[in-house]
Amino acid sequence: MISAADRARGEALFEGLRAAGATPVSAPILLEAGPLLDLYGEDIRARAFQTQDPALGEMMLRPDFTVPVVRAHLESGATPARYCYLGEVFRRQEDDPSRAREYLQVGYEIFDGSDPAAADADVFARIGEALAPWSPVPATGDLGLLIAAVEGLATTPRRRAALRRHIWRPTRFRRLTDRFTGRVAPDPDRAALLARLEHETPEAIAAAAGPEAGLRSLDEVAARLTALAEDARTPPIPAAEADVLDRLLTLEGTMTGALGPLRDLATDLPALRPAIDRLEARAEAMARRGLAVDTLPFAPARGRSTLEYYDGFTFTFTTPDRPGEPPLATGGRYDALTAALGGQGAIPAVGGVIRPGLLGERP
Amino acid sequence: MIALGVPSKGRLMEKTFDWFGARGLTLSRSGSDREYAGQVEGAEMRLVLLSASEIPRELAAGRIHLGVTGSDLVRETLPAWETRVETLAPMGFGHADLILAVPMLWADVDTLDDLDAVCAQFRATHGHRLRIATKYHRLVREFLRRHGVADYALVDSQGATEGTVRNCTAEAIADITSTGETLRANHLKILRDGLIHASEATLFRARQAPWTEQEDAVLAALRPRLTAMS
Repeated sequence: MISAADRARGEALFEGLRAAGATPVSAPILLEAGPLLDLYGEDIRARAFQTQDPALGEMMLRPDFTVPVVRAHLESGATPARYCYLGEVFRRQEDDPSRAREYLQVGYEIFDGSDPAAADADVFARIGEALAPWSPVPATGDLGLLIAAVEGLATTPRRRAALRRHIWRPTRFRRLTDRFTGRVAPDPDRAALLARLEHETPEAIAAAAGPEAGLRSLDEVAARLTALAEDARTPPIPAAEADVLDRLLTLEGTMTGALGPLRDLATDLPALRPAIDRLEARAEAMARRGLAVDTLPFAPARGRSTLEYYDGFTFTFTTPDRPGEPPLATGGRYDALTAALGGQGAIPAVGGVIRPGLLGERP
Repeated sequence: MIALGVPSKGRLMEKTFDWFGARGLTLSRSGSDREYAGQVEGAEMRLVLLSASEIPRELAAGRIHLGVTGSDLVRETLPAWETRVETLAPMGFGHADLILAVPMLWADVDTLDDLDAVCAQFRATHGHRLRIATKYHRLVREFLRRHGVADYALVDSQGATEGTVRNCTAEAIADITSTGETLRANHLKILRDGLIHASEATLFRARQAPWTEQEDAVLAALRPRLTAMS
């Protein structure tokens, strides 16, 4: 249950964002499940409560505000825009039943592509200022670096697309890099299949495997067999570039302190440079807001394994005295998500949410 | 008195009775075949005959102290199952594997790596996620999440799951198989790393049941016999 004290705290935070010029936006609690499933996949079922509407079909109780706020923004058509909101979100807690299933989120989102660095700095600074009385510990990341590295790898578009698709799934990303860098050889069954492909057509191999059954046609099987044969002839991703990926995943330091090591990495992978320039521009914009970027913790891959589709700047504010608890606030840039929801009209977007229920009494 | 829940019919019931019999506890149904009541000789215990699929829920609610059911059902039905029940003894029968299977036509698919790649290809080609028919939603979803498989959809199938591919209501299935014959008859093959759970009949203890001191003592005395390797 949400206490009156939590609600009052949430309202105070919300009023602060509104006073700073953000437009209040409201969102439905009952959301159609289809778009959420298309975006997040089946994993969302383990996180969101589901229910059924006789006319609309499967529905979900709002697991976060990002999707409904993006949709509300797309319908209004007005860019640039800055929004604030306050409301309940609902999460299933199958792994840890002691965690809250319904709680408030106060959020702040900017849809504006004119100056991404300034927008990133603004979201981080405003949330940091709102939380200042609780002396939280900030930490930042930038998944744009990892994405730029993947897109700049000297390999086939197919391999780059496979890695890009799994940026947010560390286990699968690791398996793919192991395969594409030649760290793991094909297993005997796959080697035998590849040997067959050298003197049999893909169509013949598929036809000999079994009768057509289901929607995936023989042509689709043959097309992927052809792709497997092509991939087997592709040289491994160069070791120097594989090292850059590894370094990006493990690098930790401060925001400005990371710039030097990242520039060094860019000598092996020049495609990193635009993403490093964006990080530097963000650091400058944050310094102009009076933020201590020389001591601000930074790790490129931070925020990678959360459900949110962050693809650039990421940040958290945590409380040092309660380790293991969820962060007090999280946020980041999600340009790809607005592109997925908005079709042609991709809108650069960055935002963050505070959980008033975790704040406790103002110290 | 300790309430012991066991499956109310069929081979699972008979094998359960045999298993306890070999450990000095005689389980029997009372009255007619239609009456779901029974007794236990050899220990201070009462017998509760239930459908195997109801036993996980009864254990979680603490309405029975001990229960015999498939380990797949406990894992599928109870979130954070290890916090709700303790595994006392795998019983060595009722073996059934929950597996992922795809059409034999898919010569390009041996492993989860392939399935994941095909999910991406399928979505790009057909405009919707690759459908996997199952009734074990939680087990399948957790398995695929752990292995980083994306762009699939689970569709519910409560029976004749092997037929869903042929009927074009799914592209792959996740189902219990004990022999694999039905899979072959429906032109399906198991992924090499597609074993989601190897299930068997298992004796569970309900952690949240109201265990009195006397009931604790009865179980403590029985424990060595029940948990000994057979």
